[in-house]
Amino acid sequence: MSSLPRLFPASDATKGTEKMRIMAVFKRWEFILVLILAAICVFNSFASPYFLDLHNLFDSTQSFSEKAILVLSMALIIIIGDIDLSVASIIALCGTAVGWLATQGMTTPQLVVASVIVGTLAGMVNGGIIVRFQVPAIVVTIGTMSLFRGISYIILGDQAFSSFPDDFSDLGQGYLGGMIPYEFIVYLVLAVVFAVFLHRTTYGRSIFAMGNNPQAAMYSGIKVDTIRFWLFTVNGMMAGLAAVLFTSRIGATRPNMALGWELEVVATVVLGGVAITGGSGTMPGVILSVFVFGMLTFGLGLVNVPGIIMTIITGCMLIGAIATPIIVRKLSRP
Amino acid sequence: MIMNTADQDKNPVLALQGIKKHFGGVKALDGVTLNLYAGQVVALVGENGAGKSTAVKIMTGIFRPDAGTILINGEAVSLHSTQDAWKNGVTAVHQETVMFDDLSVAENIFMGHLENRRGGLLDWAGMNRRAAQILLELESDIRADMLLNNLSVAQKHMVEIARALSHDSKVVIMDEPTAALSQQEIQELYKIIRRLQAAGKAILYISHKFDEIFAIADRYTVFRDGCFVGEGRIADVNEDELVRLMVGRSVRQLFPKPTVTIGGPVLEVQGLGNDREFEDISFTLHKGEVLGFYGLVGAGRTELMEALFGLKPVTHGAILRNGTPMAHGSPRAVIDQGIVYVPEDRQHSGVILPMSIRNNLTLPSIRALATGIFLNNAKEKALSQQFRERLSIKCANLDQKVSDLSGGNQQKVVIGKWLATRPDIIVLDEPTKGIDVGSKSAVHAFIGDLVKQGLSVIMVSSELPEVMGMADRIIVMHQGRIARSFDRATFSAEAIVAAATGLFARSSQEGAHAQTSSAA
Repeated sequence: MSSLPRLFPASDATKGTEKMRIMAVFKRWEFILVLILAAICVFNSFASPYFLDLHNLFDSTQSFSEKAILVLSMALIIIIGDIDLSVASIIALCGTAVGWLATQGMTTPQLVVASVIVGTLAGMVNGGIIVRFQVPAIVVTIGTMSLFRGISYIILGDQAFSSFPDDFSDLGQGYLGGMIPYEFIVYLVLAVVFAVFLHRTTYGRSIFAMGNNPQAAMYSGIKVDTIRFWLFTVNGMMAGLAAVLFTSRIGATRPNMALGWELEVVATVVLGGVAITGGSGTMPGVILSVFVFGMLTFGLGLVNVPGIIMTIITGCMLIGAIATPIIVRKLSRP
Repeated sequence: MIMNTADQDKNPVLALQGIKKHFGGVKALDGVTLNLYAGQVVALVGENGAGKSTAVKIMTGIFRPDAGTILINGEAVSLHSTQDAWKNGVTAVHQETVMFDDLSVAENIFMGHLENRRGGLLDWAGMNRRAAQILLELESDIRADMLLNNLSVAQKHMVEIARALSHDSKVVIMDEPTAALSQQEIQELYKIIRRLQAAGKAILYISHKFDEIFAIADRYTVFRDGCFVGEGRIADVNEDELVRLMVGRSVRQLFPKPTVTIGGPVLEVQGLGNDREFEDISFTLHKGEVLGFYGLVGAGRTELMEALFGLKPVTHGAILRNGTPMAHGSPRAVIDQGIVYVPEDRQHSGVILPMSIRNNLTLPSIRALATGIFLNNAKEKALSQQFRERLSIKCANLDQKVSDLSGGNQQKVVIGKWLATRPDIIVLDEPTKGIDVGSKSAVHAFIGDLVKQGLSVIMVSSELPEVMGMADRIIVMHQGRIARSFDRATFSAEAIVAAATGLFARSSQEGAHAQTSSAA
């Protein structure tokens, strides 16, 4: 695919010989991510004998599965050149709704549906304002970031909802076959769906076209605004899903839940090789990036690195990830 | 090398000697020579890809040559940046204005070399005064404190020229300065060039338009495929000889419009208007017809076509397709009716530069090619291969990015992606703007092929010879309205230009004067 990010100038990779095609694979950003991931795993297995335990590994996915779900839809939004900073606040809003509805006696399936609906509606508010008034997405979602979480604060104050149906905690805490968390399975299924959607459908092609040149995309008959609206809606829907999983896993709803996740999600998307300016990126890259961050956090946790140091390390990684391709390109220029 | 006495006693103000520049494996310049003399206008001509822009970028310090020397007043210099070029008295007026819309005229003029007062604060009063003085010298009525946003394209050009003058430059480079100007504005530009010339500046004038070259230049230099092929005095050559130097063969600028039987109406526009840019537009397009739209820049032609294509709302009027009212709410709806639009701005609206040739070619027909919502690679490959051959797009393979192609080949990709939707009506907005002579006649031949196959063509063009050569009928627009329409039998350059400028009374005098060379 032409739209994949490349570490080296494209002219190297577009020449036709077989040898060069193989070389092109090694220059792909996804390959670098695989190397980074392998390095982290090797480091982790030396750092702690518990790392390579299969139960431990699967368990660790729980700590990032919800964010990983958000990363999928956020990647699409960033590829079209937009951003959604309100996702974490949508989670707070949905979580609050789930908590309150549970006190009204809703069953677990009803709560899941309700959370997804609230998230979808919140996404529609974002998409609707952006498309109807042609306001930049960053402006709109900074606004709704405060708005959605604000609603949550008004309802909850410093209280929390923490009474749920008995089977509710199975969602976020349950395992398939006693080993694979349900959350992780949900993520894997969604990852496949999003990857196929982006790389194998006409909508995916339209998304790349929009990200590279929205005007030419519109002239080519792509319904640019319709696609934008639905991508923000889907992003809200994913936030709704993540919210119900997160609430189930934590077992409580507070207005400050998922605080700051939007930036972690954006950072993961960018590390996955999606250009922050839009137009390029791949789902495999973004999925690998989720594991890089997840395994790094897990490994640092195993060796008891404090949270604040973790933040510093992930920050450095992000700068490194963005700067490395640019530096390599600058150096390889004659 | 220079044989006539008038130039022999003069040394060039700026000279390029044996300049070479490579990009990867591609030779952009292979030992070119260029001499610019004080008080003379040198026209640099060559097809697209001949290396003109690269030479300009070397003279303005944007690129550094791999080999060769740049002499200024006989001394070798090396230019590392635009600032270096300015210090050496070299400035450029670019094809597309590179300016800051939200800043004032004075700020634009002094951007990059703002002047300080003692103490490090900016000397706005002084800069405004100097800007006003330069504009006065140019006999322009633009005020230094005006916001650039509020100026017309021609006025912005004037500001660019003022910026060049603010550097106290010896050499002024003009890269296709007339691309966005109307006939009248071009005459204004000529006056400015004459004034610069009288002030002893050396001027390099780059243009595709021969009537301009013969009107303004004293000397010419020709590049072909990155090589220097000749120079001399304009008075010693004619158009044919210059074209032969450019393309290495003799190309007649003829327009291969075949005779086609014109059928019934396929598109009727009745009283269309949007209360702002165009009003009261009615015309009928027939099967197999080339309908030309001529007018000055800003006459509303592009806006009308965008409305027709569903990109702009329309407040009144109707569009009939084969006799029935047509939905024109979005480009998709219009495309589905068999009408496509090749926009004027190729790089912003036509192609998606970072995507592959294949993906560009199939983009508008992607839904027709898909199985459900899933892409069908085999069909995409077949279709893009077919149009690569049909349009003879020159590329290594279809996975190449469109940005790697030359302007002419990019234009072929745009036309190809639209033909791939199998349209009945194709609207071409300035289809040959900024492309070289060879590609131009290829586009013209292609338009001929299209109407022979029964398509109908609407061609918006600001080039009178082109529109007169290709169209069966010409509709002339002026200030958003149809000024006049002409049948092929009644085409007259003078009358068309007169209608376009709105000067009916003075038509015979002015029109004849402005158009003699291009109408020939």
